Amino acid sequence: MKEKLFVPFVVVGDPDYDTSKKIIMKMIDEGADMLELGFAFSDPIADGPTIQLADKRALDNGGCVDSSFKMIKEIKGYSKIPVSLLVYSNLVYKRGIDKFYADASDAGVDYVLVADVPVEEAGPFVEAAKKYGVDAVFIVAQTTTSSRMSLILREVCGYVYLVSVLGVTGARSGVSDSTLELVRKVKRETKIPVLVGFGVSEPAHARKLVSAGADGVIVGSAIVKIIERNLSDKEKMVEEIGEFVRGMKDAVCGNF
Amino acid sequence: MKMDTRFGKFGGMFVPETLMPALEELEGAYVRLKDDEGFKKELGGLLSDYAGRPTPLYFARNLSRKYGCRIYLKREDLVHTGAHKINNTLGQGLLAKYMGKTRLIAETGAGQHGVATAVVGALLGIKTCVFMGVEDIERQKLNVFRMKLCGAEVVPVASGAGTLKDAVNEALRDWIGNVRNTYYVLGSVVGPHPYPMIVRDFQRVIGEETKKQIMKVEGRCPNAIVACVGGGSNSIGMFFEFLSDDVKLYGVEAAGLGMDTNKHGASLCKGEPGILHGSLSYILQDKDGQINEAYSISAGLDYPGVGPEHSALKDSGRVEYVGITDKEALSAFKELSVLEGIIPALESAHAVAYAFKVAEKMKKDDVIVVNLSGRGDKDMEHVMKVVK
Repeated sequence: MKEKLFVPFVVVGDPDYDTSKKIIMKMIDEGADMLELGFAFSDPIADGPTIQLADKRALDNGGCVDSSFKMIKEIKGYSKIPVSLLVYSNLVYKRGIDKFYADASDAGVDYVLVADVPVEEAGPFVEAAKKYGVDAVFIVAQTTTSSRMSLILREVCGYVYLVSVLGVTGARSGVSDSTLELVRKVKRETKIPVLVGFGVSEPAHARKLVSAGADGVIVGSAIVKIIERNLSDKEKMVEEIGEFVRGMKDAVCGNF
Repeated sequence: MKMDTRFGKFGGMFVPETLMPALEELEGAYVRLKDDEGFKKELGGLLSDYAGRPTPLYFARNLSRKYGCRIYLKREDLVHTGAHKINNTLGQGLLAKYMGKTRLIAETGAGQHGVATAVVGALLGIKTCVFMGVEDIERQKLNVFRMKLCGAEVVPVASGAGTLKDAVNEALRDWIGNVRNTYYVLGSVVGPHPYPMIVRDFQRVIGEETKKQIMKVEGRCPNAIVACVGGGSNSIGMFFEFLSDDVKLYGVEAAGLGMDTNKHGASLCKGEPGILHGSLSYILQDKDGQINEAYSISAGLDYPGVGPEHSALKDSGRVEYVGITDKEALSAFKELSVLEGIIPALESAHAVAYAFKVAEKMKKDDVIVVNLSGRGDKDMEHVMKVVK
């Protein structure tokens, strides 16, 4: 990745199918370099309250795995932007691991990260990903030991998802020195791009992380909060997200 | 991982990367300590002097007369805090202490595991925080008060149906954020490896005692053993010692309002394999793999998953898993109270109810053991509303 990437995250179908599609297209229009898209799950243990509520809105409004793949297909028809999927293992397992990756590939998904599948359990997931030409992404966390990191860096394809906080998803007030150190450490050990997510919510966070060598940042809860705040005014919701994405993109690219 | 993380195809470690090092640390500590003389001595001492083990195996004379066979009750209801949960929390509490952890967290449904964790936190002087669904807090007010009395913080969980599943989610989220100083005392044989193994090992004392006791009074193994299954810790604790014996084993799930309704907690009887809370096991789910809400009159049985070892025992056919409805459980609850003067927990009443069905087909000298996993005190308020 030559330039630094800004990667917004939303849950597919939040708050409803049509609005979600408008939001995603707006984010593309405003300069998103890649999309991280979540499939709503009933029990998202890696997520804080903001994303949990997004999952619930999507599910309550009829969101399902089929409709999520359908939307990704439509988005890929609109733009060639890379799409990374964030999903919980049971949605993959229930559909059939092979079929899930076949459908993901067919919809145009480039990367899949299964939030609750560590490298130890990844065998069948990675196999299916390879079979259908999808990159299997893994997480490096604050707690990841050196021996685990080499294991992860051996398996990972596409990019490393570096979790910047000790905890679940959700906006935080700052970026800790230990996160910046972790970014530098992973960058020393791999040529694969490193994207940082969880807790990144402001342009200042993004600037710090890319200065430390991160190839980009993933921002979820801060965007989902805009959805949550504007449920009664969807036009305003889409506009506000557009502005936010533009600001973050500028910060990441150094236009500040 | 040094050990096999699976029971047949079930089990595993389906958790976010952040938790993996903690699970490795836990496995390492457990392997190191389980045969450590000092650890074993301290745990053994607490199980006898603090918790009151061994618990009696009581020959239920009036039930036996009525049903025409020999019915024994393993009296886990008599152990400190009133349920088998203390066997596990003493073990895990000590593990936490030996590992140098300074904070305990736990989930609870019926509140029994929460109370058992709170008392161990008090005993060992470790700060304790218990996650509990708002619906369960409402159903189990007395246990909430008991936890607070012992100095534990009780955190209400409002997401989902506000029951056990949601409490587990929230405990896992807390652990992800505080993994360095916090020990997660999981209350059943569920969750990622090594929990199903650790919790089972701490509950095996139930079956080990039962075997000695029944051999002493009957000179042989029972014909059948019956235990209720929510997550499955009391049942696996009872069954494990008898797996290679010629004994019929029955695991009783909550059939709630009926197996043909969507209001039950029968993951093994009605669920399909899937991944919930870190392990592959039978779970209640929809066509997409979204987890369904479970239901039961008893807060300890309304969980949409089950321990992975039970899934393996179901598939191998070694244990027969069956369902008992709310109504049948309530009727057994009353019958045991009237005939023996023993008020069971609603969870355990499911096992009692199925034991009655088994007993009807038994001969005079046949022996049934029912694991009476807990006492009914916690259920009084709730039962008063439904029983006139």
